[in-house]
Amino acid sequence: MEFLSPSTLEEALQARSAHPGGVPIAGGTDVMVELNFDRHRPEALIDLSRVPELAEYGPDGGYTRLGATVPYTAIVEHLAGRAPALARAARAVASPQIRNRGTVGGNLASASPAGDAHPPLLATGAVVEVASAAGRRRVPVREFYTSLRTTALRQDELVTAVLLPEPKGPQQFAKIGTRNAMVISVAAFSLALDAERRTVGTGLGSVAPTPVRAERAEEFLAAELDWEGATAPTEAVVRRFGELVAAAASPIDDQRGSAAYRRHALAVMARRALAWSVTDYRKGAT
Amino acid sequence: MTATTARTLTGLSSTTADGVGASPRRPDGTLKATGEFAYSSDLWMEDMLWGATLRSPHPHARILGIDITGALKVPGVEAVLTHEDVPGAKRYGLEYRDQPVLAYGKVRYKGEPVAVVAADHPETARRAMERIRVDYEVLEPVGDARRAAHDPHCPLVHDEGGLPVREDYRQSGNRVRHQPIRTGGFTGAAGDTDRERRVLEELREQADAVVAAEYEVGMQDQAFLGPESGMAVPAEDGGVDLYIATQWLHVDQRQIAPALGLPEDKVRLTLAGVGGAFGAREDLSMQIHACMLALHTGKPVKFVYNREESFHGHVHRHPALMRFEHGARADGTLLYATLEIIVDGGAYASATPAVVGVASSLGIGPYEVPNVLVDAYGVYTTNPPCGAMRGFGAVQACFGYESQMDRLAEKLGLDPVELRIRNAMAQGSRIITGQEVDAPLPMAEMLRRARALPMPSERLERADPRTLPGGVSGTTRGEGVVRGVGYGVGLKNLCFSEGFDDYSTARVRLEAVAGEPVALVHTAAAEVGQGLVTVKGQIVRTELGVETVVVHPADTRVGSAGSSSASRQSYMTGGAVRQACAAVRAAVFALARGRGAVPEGTADADLSLTGGNLVSASAGVLAALADLLADGTVVEETREFHHRPTEMLDPTRGQGASHVQFGMCVHRAVVDVDTELGLVRVVALDAVQDVGRVLHPQQLAGQIQGGSTQGLGLALMEEIQVRDGEIVNPSFTDYLIPTILDTPPMRIDVLERPDPHAPYGLRGAGEPPTLSSTPAVVAAVRDATGRALARVPVRPEDILGIER
Repeated sequence: MEFLSPSTLEEALQARSAHPGGVPIAGGTDVMVELNFDRHRPEALIDLSRVPELAEYGPDGGYTRLGATVPYTAIVEHLAGRAPALARAARAVASPQIRNRGTVGGNLASASPAGDAHPPLLATGAVVEVASAAGRRRVPVREFYTSLRTTALRQDELVTAVLLPEPKGPQQFAKIGTRNAMVISVAAFSLALDAERRTVGTGLGSVAPTPVRAERAEEFLAAELDWEGATAPTEAVVRRFGELVAAAASPIDDQRGSAAYRRHALAVMARRALAWSVTDYRKGAT
Repeated sequence: MTATTARTLTGLSSTTADGVGASPRRPDGTLKATGEFAYSSDLWMEDMLWGATLRSPHPHARILGIDITGALKVPGVEAVLTHEDVPGAKRYGLEYRDQPVLAYGKVRYKGEPVAVVAADHPETARRAMERIRVDYEVLEPVGDARRAAHDPHCPLVHDEGGLPVREDYRQSGNRVRHQPIRTGGFTGAAGDTDRERRVLEELREQADAVVAAEYEVGMQDQAFLGPESGMAVPAEDGGVDLYIATQWLHVDQRQIAPALGLPEDKVRLTLAGVGGAFGAREDLSMQIHACMLALHTGKPVKFVYNREESFHGHVHRHPALMRFEHGARADGTLLYATLEIIVDGGAYASATPAVVGVASSLGIGPYEVPNVLVDAYGVYTTNPPCGAMRGFGAVQACFGYESQMDRLAEKLGLDPVELRIRNAMAQGSRIITGQEVDAPLPMAEMLRRARALPMPSERLERADPRTLPGGVSGTTRGEGVVRGVGYGVGLKNLCFSEGFDDYSTARVRLEAVAGEPVALVHTAAAEVGQGLVTVKGQIVRTELGVETVVVHPADTRVGSAGSSSASRQSYMTGGAVRQACAAVRAAVFALARGRGAVPEGTADADLSLTGGNLVSASAGVLAALADLLADGTVVEETREFHHRPTEMLDPTRGQGASHVQFGMCVHRAVVDVDTELGLVRVVALDAVQDVGRVLHPQQLAGQIQGGSTQGLGLALMEEIQVRDGEIVNPSFTDYLIPTILDTPPMRIDVLERPDPHAPYGLRGAGEPPTLSSTPAVVAAVRDATGRALARVPVRPEDILGIER
């Protein structure tokens, strides 16, 4: 197995195209597990941790540009204002050691439905920037996940950054785990209100083969919310929102939880996230 | 986050620094905290080979053939061995030799070792294993423990006639042991099912309240962090030196030597750095395999299991199915109790017979019950093998009987603590085997003390999310959260039971080095993290009055110390060290007399070794030890320490004084439950424990905190999930153990009511907290939710009433 250590993005993209069977590695929190358990023996590892451009974050037009290899710790410490839901999700990732290594770029590239970053990216309508030796392109995250652990990323491409829209309203993230820290999600939910466009975004994790949105729930809530007065939605609206979120899931029974529990938990998280958001919205609106 | 209130200890002052009752630092403490400690997985030799194990992919299958030729052709491979290459006995076992060194004929669990490889690199060994061809004829798994216990048509895991039968264990079919216990009205009816039923019906008639329920305990794992590992080095004399992380060097030696066809003195073991044990290292894992490969290749061979392999490489806590019935008078006085408990031992016996012995004898708990009927079964299945784990059969029963106490209290409208106090055992009580509790057992007082401990503060309106159910995952800001309180009590036997003479040996040497008296203490006792390494030094300092004590590495060059389990090492090896010290002291007195250092007419009772001197109570300092030993005299004594003898339980009524000592802990748990999401945070887990005498307060607190946390894990999250004989969560991603955010502050109230039979009056302390914390936590969750919760670990689905 070759170990390639490019020091510029250009070199990294060349390495990527020269080694179609190679695997990019940044924090290694997924890749090294696969290697250690002998589940995978790629022909090459392409180490992205020495590419400065990928490790940067900052404003980019109306977005915050988050380099693919920025670790979760940095998101928790520096992006809580510019990406509140993502920062909450980052805080809920694994242990401090893993948060120091793990990256949103890795979450996107491996596309595990349990990845904690996906629900906030979906809810907020983030954009994934990918690149190959031939050039860069942008893929809305809502079109990024194609099937189980498969994405719109092409064989010769790398995830280079995620573009996070400026928050235009309250954002929430919650996930279920059967212990109080360091747990892989059984179900996760993110909600983002966009008060300018009066739209609602959702993201659901660990409840379908890919991260998914609850589009009917989004449309329902966008129509029902009192965007002007920020009055609390009725009990019936809250309940219906929860049901529609749960209905968007197609969960399975596995060692972490049952499908029935996942649906139930989604509805509860959705109802609570809605209540918190309306409260926050009212505070922001007054 | 753990606030511990250790009681101020009196009467333990030591004239020598860092003696008994003090809290000297562990010699390995800093190394472990800084990551520099050498564990068994860190062993290294220049010319060593790496061992690897090919395991069965099926839980139950006939082996039709094994072809290793492809594996032998892989460059760098030096040996590929199967059962045909086992030089001696093909089977081994802790108590009962039923486990193949390498599978032959059949495989009986998924993950059973079939072949081993030695190669120049672990990767080479893995590639070689892929080239071993094993032809299997897959057989029907035997997965249902109840069926294995009772269905005569259930397929047999071990073919009839394949193994010797222990009549006193009532072995038959898939039953490894069946232990009945009959007391009171059931005594005369023992063995006659119809009469027993009539007795039970009569008792039911007399009872004002009857509670009957089924309970289930899932398969818990010891979850040590250091995987199975060690190194075997071939020796010039044809023997082998094995460096190994284990709990009992000599029982390993006793099993390894016959398999290798070597006398025991050719198989020498040295304890390597142990990364946790909790019972999981009582059985052999890679020991014989490493030795076989080392002897075959003539090179050192190292094994390190990976995490997934480790989950298949050691035994787990027996899962249990229990049916309880209790009848009581209106005032709460217990009238009768019945219990059927079936523990699933999996493919091989391991410690199953002894676990049944504990589960039966302590099955009803520390309660006075005049009429008892217990049937405890340990069975073979093709599930993962189960054996020793902290609490050893008493944990499972404790969850059941404590749940029953709460049910009964509810039915009678009594306070659960009052009900327990009303039926509490005390010194002079007899447990259901007829054995008298002949040492202090202040159970009622302990319950009252637990109840009187200060309650944690109420939940804050804007609480830190880390203090709420769901923790950092942010699922609640207080919505749906309800608080609950619950209690648990457990009774645990300490030291080995049922006629087992688990003696310990200690060698203590006293000499002068560079003008200072120095003691060396040498035992084979395994330091597995529990802190015996410190306690041995403390005892020597106290007994010999010297400050410098060197603890010799544990190996088989000294006699057996017995196992680091059953909460027994402070008692047994502590007792042996103390006895060896007494012998050294007597020899020093004799030496001093020979040199005229002791005035005529001074009795030994008047002499002591204190502060590096030989001291007379009447005449003061007689001589400095360094001077007495200055000529190079070495005083060395070796002693074996035996606890008082115990008896087997009789096989029909289960009577007999089978236990050495009893330990007890009482827990009070306070929990916050998110009743809409089924998530739990334990807010407080407070303990009252009588330890007889505290040897090392800090390590004692660690034992109680650790045991309590392990019990919390069983209550809320720890389970090896088995589907069709296969472990579906063999990783720390999916086998969850409590983190610091799951572990609450603990108030610990320690009592010291000495046991007159034990060294220093001490009582083994490691296991009792593991029993009582589980039912206390579950009781608190029941209190918060109103759910019956008859199974641990409690899952969110159970709290919400969702089918799973």
